[in-house]
Amino acid sequence: MSTLYESITAGLHGLYQRAWDSHGMLVLDLLPGQLLDVVQKLKDDHGFALFLDVTAIDYPERTPRFEVVYHFLCPAQMQRVRLKLGVDEHAAELPTLTGSYGAARYMEREVHDMYGIRFAGNADLRPILLYEGFEGHPLRKDYAMEHEQPIVPYRK
Amino acid sequence: MQYRPPVSSPLQHTAHPDHVVVNIGPSHPATHGTIQIIAEIDGETVVHADVHCGYLHRGFEKEAEHHTYHNIIPYTDRLNYCSAMNNNFAYAAAVEQALGLEITPRCIWLRTLLSEYNRIADHCTCIAASAMEMGGMTAFLYLMTVRDYIFEHMNHLSGARLTYSYVRIGGLARDLPDGWLVRLEEILTFTERYLERIHGMLDRNRIFIGRTRDVAVMTPEHALNWGYTGPILRSTGLRMDLRKDNPYLAYRELDFEVPVGIKGDNYDRYYVRMREIDESISMVRQCMERLPGGPINVDDPRVVLPEKELVYNEIESLIHHFKLVTDGVQVPAGEVYSAHEAPNGELGFYLVSDGSGRPYKLHVRAPSFVHMGGMHTLLEGHQVSDIVPTFGSMNMVGGECDR
Amino acid sequence: MAMMDYLTTRKDDLVGWVRKFSLFPYPFVTACCGMEFMSVSSTLYDTDRFGAALPRFTPRQSDLLMVVGTVSHKQAQIIRKVYDQMCEPKWVMAFGACAISGGFYRNYSVVQGVDKIIPVDIYVPGCPPRPEMVIDAIMLLQDRIANDKHPVLPSEQPPPTRT
Repeated sequence: MSTLYESITAGLHGLYQRAWDSHGMLVLDLLPGQLLDVVQKLKDDHGFALFLDVTAIDYPERTPRFEVVYHFLCPAQMQRVRLKLGVDEHAAELPTLTGSYGAARYMEREVHDMYGIRFAGNADLRPILLYEGFEGHPLRKDYAMEHEQPIVPYRK
Repeated sequence: MQYRPPVSSPLQHTAHPDHVVVNIGPSHPATHGTIQIIAEIDGETVVHADVHCGYLHRGFEKEAEHHTYHNIIPYTDRLNYCSAMNNNFAYAAAVEQALGLEITPRCIWLRTLLSEYNRIADHCTCIAASAMEMGGMTAFLYLMTVRDYIFEHMNHLSGARLTYSYVRIGGLARDLPDGWLVRLEEILTFTERYLERIHGMLDRNRIFIGRTRDVAVMTPEHALNWGYTGPILRSTGLRMDLRKDNPYLAYRELDFEVPVGIKGDNYDRYYVRMREIDESISMVRQCMERLPGGPINVDDPRVVLPEKELVYNEIESLIHHFKLVTDGVQVPAGEVYSAHEAPNGELGFYLVSDGSGRPYKLHVRAPSFVHMGGMHTLLEGHQVSDIVPTFGSMNMVGGECDR
Repeated sequence: MAMMDYLTTRKDDLVGWVRKFSLFPYPFVTACCGMEFMSVSSTLYDTDRFGAALPRFTPRQSDLLMVVGTVSHKQAQIIRKVYDQMCEPKWVMAFGACAISGGFYRNYSVVQGVDKIIPVDIYVPGCPPRPEMVIDAIMLLQDRIANDKHPVLPSEQPPPTRT
C-alpha cells in the first residue's frame, strides 16, 4: 500500500464499508448512498481526474444481485482505485456520475443496456449498443447467449 | 419494408425553423460503416450533434463468458483489428496477473517489440484513412503500402495478416521464424523513407492545414473530463502515457520520448501520431538489439501446453493436453484490472474469475468507445465539413468501440 | 433478318462482356474485413486491374454490394435498405466469415450470415480473406456475369426480382 492509498483511506474515513488491496489496486466497498460523496472527494482532494470505467457483475444467487464496479485513475500519481457497490435487482438504481465526469454518460448507458441498472439523473439512457425493442439485458446470466431478436425477419 | 431507426434521436425534429437535421452514416465512406452522427445544423455550423454507436456490437463480453481463457484470444484480435497484437498482449497480461505468472525475458522483449511494431501499422491506418477522407489519395496509397508490408511480415510470423492470435497465456505461440528480424529492419527503413514523403505531402499543405488546424480544439481538462486517453489526450499537451508512467513489459528499459501536442486540434492529433511512429520505430530497433535468448513460454504446466512430440508419445502429456484444452487454464478466483497503452489509449481488461476455466466476467475498457462519448462536444460549433477530419483524427475502430 | 437473329444470339455475350468490366462496388464496410478491403483496393493488390475499381458510396450508382464484415441486428435494416435501393442488375458478395455465416459470433447480436437478409451471389471465406481471394472472387463473379443471360430487349422477359 502506497502513501496515496493511506491518505485516501484516511481522507475518506467513515465513508466506505471496507478497504482492501487487490493485485496492487485499492478497492473500496461502498453503500449506494455513499457513492457521490466518495467520488467527489476522490476527484477534488486526491486528484482522480479520469473516470476510467463502470461495469457490473451479475451474481443471480446473491442478494443484492448486482455488483457495480467503478474504476478511477489519478493521472498525477498514476494510481487506480476501484469502487464496488451492491445493487438490488428490484431497485436497480444508482446516482449518476455525469455531474462530475462527462465520460460517465456513455458508460452508464452501456451498463443500463447490458444489465438494466438505471442511473438516476442521467438524462440519456437510450439504448447504445443495442436497439429499441430489444427485450431483456444480454449480459445478465439468465439471458441465453443465442437468443436473437432480429429487426429484419430472416429469409426462408 | 418499413425502415425504423434502431435508436431514436431527440434531434429528429428541430424547434428552430432555420435549422436542418442532417444524418451522416451509418453507411457513409467516412464513418467506416459503424457509426451514425445526427447533426442539427444552422447554415453550415453544427449546433447539436448526436453520436450513435453500437452498429458493430458483437457481444464480446457474452462470448467471453462462454469460452475458455485460451479460446478468448481470437476474440480479442477483433477488438481493435488494426493492432491485434496490442489487444492480445493486454488480455494475456490480465490473465497472467490473475494467475500470478512471470513471463520469460525473451517473451517480455518480443511482446514489447511486437506491440510497437503493430502500433506503427495502427497509426498508419489512422493517418491514411483520415488523409484519404480529406482527399489526400497519395498519402493513403503510400501508407497502405507500408501497412501491407507490415501485414505480410506479420503473416510470416503468425500465419494471419490481420488477426494474429499470436499470444498464449504465459508466452507466445511460437518463436520468430528464420530471417524475420532481417526483413524487419528492411521494413523499418522503408517505413522511414515513406514517412518522410508523408511529412512532405501533408505537414505544410494548405488544404490539410485549413481543414485540421484549430478544428476541434480540446483543453487537457476537457479531455480528462470526457475520459480521453492515448494520442488524443497527449495532443492537448498532457504528457500521460502508461508506457512511461506505469511501465509494463520492457518499457522501463527502453529509451523513448512521449510526443505531445500544443492545443489538441486535429493537426496536433495527426502530428502526435506521426511522431509516435518515429518513436515506435526507434523502440523496435532497441528491442531488436537487446532481444535476449531463452524460452518464450513459462515453465508452468498449469498454463502451457506440452510439446506436440510428447502429446503423441506419452499418455501423461496427452491427458494433460486434453485437460488444458477442454477445461481451460484454471485461474484462481479474484479480480484483476490490467491496462496497456494501446494505439488508441488505455485499453483495460477487467477480469473476474470464479476459479473455473472460463471468466465469470470479462469487461473491456475500450478507448474508442469512451472517445465517442465526448465527440459531440468537439463537433458542435464547427462546420459540417469538419465532422469528417475530426472523426478521422479520433481513430474510432468499430470492433473496439462496440465490442 | 438473318443478321438480326445472329445479333440476338450474341447479345448476351455482348451485354455480359460490358457488364463484367464495369462492376461498381458498394463497399458496405462494417468490421475487420474492411482493413483487408483497403488493402485490396490500394497499391499492392489494386482491383482497378479487373474493372472493379471505383467504390461508389451510393447504392443508386453501384451494382455490386460487398458486405464486408460482421452484420449485427442493429445494422441489418440498413443493409436491407441499401440493397433495396440498388438498381437491377445487382450482385452481392459476402466478404469474410461473419458475412457468410456469422463467423464465430453465435450470440444475441450477430446476424447469422447476411444471406439471411438479402440474397448473396458469391461467398469469400476467410477471417479476414486474403486479398488474392477477393480478387479471385471478383474474377469468378465476372465469369458468371459473362456467361449469364441478360434480358435487356423489350421482347424479353425481365428476370424475377429476388428478395
